[in-house]
Amino acid sequence: MITTVSGTLLAETIDDPTLVDEEEVRQSPFWDWEFAFEAFPEMFMAFLQVTLLVTVLGTIIAAVLGLVIAILLRILPKPLAWIVRWVANFIRMTPLVVQLIFVFWTFLWMDALTVGIIVFGVHYATYMSEVYRAGIDSVPKGQWEATTALSMSAVRTWRKVVIPQALRSTVPSLGNYAISMFKDTPFLLVISVAEMVTVAGEIGAPTFRYTEVFTIAGLIFLAASYPTAVLVNRLEKRLAYAH
Amino acid sequence: MPTPTDAAGTQPAPAPSSSSPSNPVIEFVDVEKRFGDNIVLKDLNFQVARGERVTLIGPSGSGKTTILRLVMTLEELTGGYIYIDGQPLTHENRDGKRVPVSKKQQKSLRTRIGMVFQQFNLFPNMTVLENIIEAPVHVLGRPKKDAVAKAHSLLEQVGLPDKANAHPTSLSGGQQQRVAIARALAMDPEILLLDEVTSALDPEVVDDVLNILREVADTTNVTMLIVTHEMGFARDVSHKVMMFDGGHVIEEGRPEKIFTNPDQERTKKFLGAVLGD
Amino acid sequence: MDFFEDWPDYFEVVINWSDRLLEGLWTTIQLTIFGGALAFVIAIVLGLLAGSSSLWLRGPARVIIEFFRGISLVVLLFLLLYVLPQLWMRNPDLPFEGLVRNTFLLAVIALGINYGAYGAEAVRASLTTVPKSQWEATTALSMSWPHKIRRVIFPQAWALMLPSLTNLWVHLLKGSAIAYIIPFVNDFTFELNNLRRPTDIWFSHAFIGLVVYFILALILTLFMQVLEARAKNKLGRGPSLREIFSPDPKTTPPDASLPDPKDMTGPGGGPKQPASGAGAHPGGAR
Repeated sequence: MITTVSGTLLAETIDDPTLVDEEEVRQSPFWDWEFAFEAFPEMFMAFLQVTLLVTVLGTIIAAVLGLVIAILLRILPKPLAWIVRWVANFIRMTPLVVQLIFVFWTFLWMDALTVGIIVFGVHYATYMSEVYRAGIDSVPKGQWEATTALSMSAVRTWRKVVIPQALRSTVPSLGNYAISMFKDTPFLLVISVAEMVTVAGEIGAPTFRYTEVFTIAGLIFLAASYPTAVLVNRLEKRLAYAH
Repeated sequence: MPTPTDAAGTQPAPAPSSSSPSNPVIEFVDVEKRFGDNIVLKDLNFQVARGERVTLIGPSGSGKTTILRLVMTLEELTGGYIYIDGQPLTHENRDGKRVPVSKKQQKSLRTRIGMVFQQFNLFPNMTVLENIIEAPVHVLGRPKKDAVAKAHSLLEQVGLPDKANAHPTSLSGGQQQRVAIARALAMDPEILLLDEVTSALDPEVVDDVLNILREVADTTNVTMLIVTHEMGFARDVSHKVMMFDGGHVIEEGRPEKIFTNPDQERTKKFLGAVLGD
Repeated sequence: MDFFEDWPDYFEVVINWSDRLLEGLWTTIQLTIFGGALAFVIAIVLGLLAGSSSLWLRGPARVIIEFFRGISLVVLLFLLLYVLPQLWMRNPDLPFEGLVRNTFLLAVIALGINYGAYGAEAVRASLTTVPKSQWEATTALSMSWPHKIRRVIFPQAWALMLPSLTNLWVHLLKGSAIAYIIPFVNDFTFELNNLRRPTDIWFSHAFIGLVVYFILALILTLFMQVLEARAKNKLGRGPSLREIFSPDPKTTPPDASLPDPKDMTGPGGGPKQPASGAGAHPGGAR
């Protein structure tokens, strides 16, 4: 029996919106600045300590594991490569939410934050592998032939010739996926990780004051993701010109 | 002395109304066109009479194609006025002020103008027949039956009677251009703009396309404004040739005069170059 | 490991729950279809506006797109769920109260708006890949704006935007799983999660759940690929569906009239299509 994990999920501590006391809502103001200022520091801490942490570590895992998958697809014998490809497809085409729940309740010894980081990293690694694969495919055949002509070892060929060329064009995509992962982090509430939106819900629950906290959460997401997106976009253009 | 193709027997008849420039079908008044800081046309004034066929020649970048695109309203006119049949096309002079004309007026004038492009620009999502009847039915509101009948007769005219249901992408370049001519003619334009219509074609099919246009010139009274590098064709069909350079008309006249005995040194040099002296 | 010994038991549990799982599956399918339909409409409208030459149309469209793309799906869902109904609580006279109290509908709206904003970007981008010469040809034929969009530009952009829309739809299907936390939206993930509570054999069930989502995503992708093949065939590229599915697939006959690539009109010449694998993320479509 699963009894080792006790207590309710954080997500379940957020009020059922259909059970709210409407009279109470009517008597309270729609927007309360004081409450907003009170909630902000706690939410921002959750943003820094959890949301950003998951995004950064998840992106690193995705970047490295994605490259490993892309190389495996290229060097493994056909049947094995086929298996890797479909496992990656399977992970890519199934919901993050279900994967989170699945891994969390299957590997009970792992804490929720670790589960979150690993699941996000692996899920996005399958996206990144596609990007790397396109990058590797775009390395001209002549480059491979030149390494053969120079009798370079396979490892050296990959390390010194193929990967440096393939990687260049993948940087913007990695940035875009980091932004996507960032916006997916609230999914973590299904395994009780105290990321920003979960904390926002917790703050709002006792008094059913959700207007301020969810608005702030939305604004933080916008404020963080939009400038990053513009930056990535610019990088993308610059790389396009350089080619 | 460069001699263009022998065309003594095919001199065009004098333009029907070139003697009455008071009633021009196209009139450029002080036209200026700039792209950013780059002035392509400046103080350009000329008239084309009804039924007249005018060829614009000159080195590339001299603004010939821009003139056609201005008439078709594909480019924004940055200064001056263009009149179609006496009515302002984009802007009008109201007490010395340059004001844009109504969209409605522009649209109604535009339906009287047809254009054939260098790259054909057929719609790949439609069959040949659909390409031809699309605008007559949906823009001019003609009955579909009439439009289809006319399309078939036009396809006959351009030598592609059996291609009505073909896809544009399955046709050769020459065939696509002939369909494009049929598509432009299906609108019964009063003015037909031909923008280097043979430049993208293989040399062996150029004559097929030009012969169709010659026939159109011979059998209809449509006013033509032509940009081409085919000097033989220009000489055969046009009433007037205008030599452009640096955004200006540096010489104009009847084709036999321009092609055999131009006044300007620039014209001589240009013709020498294109005719492969 | 007793996983294999106990396999018949697991199977039995799934059978016992199969009715509820099927009901949940049906809810997930409904979320995907209705959310997808709404997202599609929003994507087309916003995409056309964002691609318009008028700043007055383009500006607001861009702001809306960036807003709903940048805000997280979960935040959007919670705003709709917790904040929007307050307007009705405070002003009981507002109409359509039933609609904002319908949590299923709110989930559909959140999915539709969020993925619709992503889709708008795909629509706009594919409109710009239709060659300028095609726009010019429509002007030369005096076509009105709605006419040229509907009959000429959109059909050509359609083939280009379909791969992106396919990705987004798969993402919407995956994103719909978050709806299980909403009261009264008992989707497939909700029933799957319920299955967890009374049993200690969660691993196999969750795995079956993932497989079901995977199959749904594959069906959806296949359906969209059929649409894409049809759209391409209409542009004179690629074989028709009949040719694809015929037991003896005929390649287009390489007869003499095959065009030289340089002679082809617009898309025939092949505008670059953004490479997008079966599951590139919406963020990747930027």
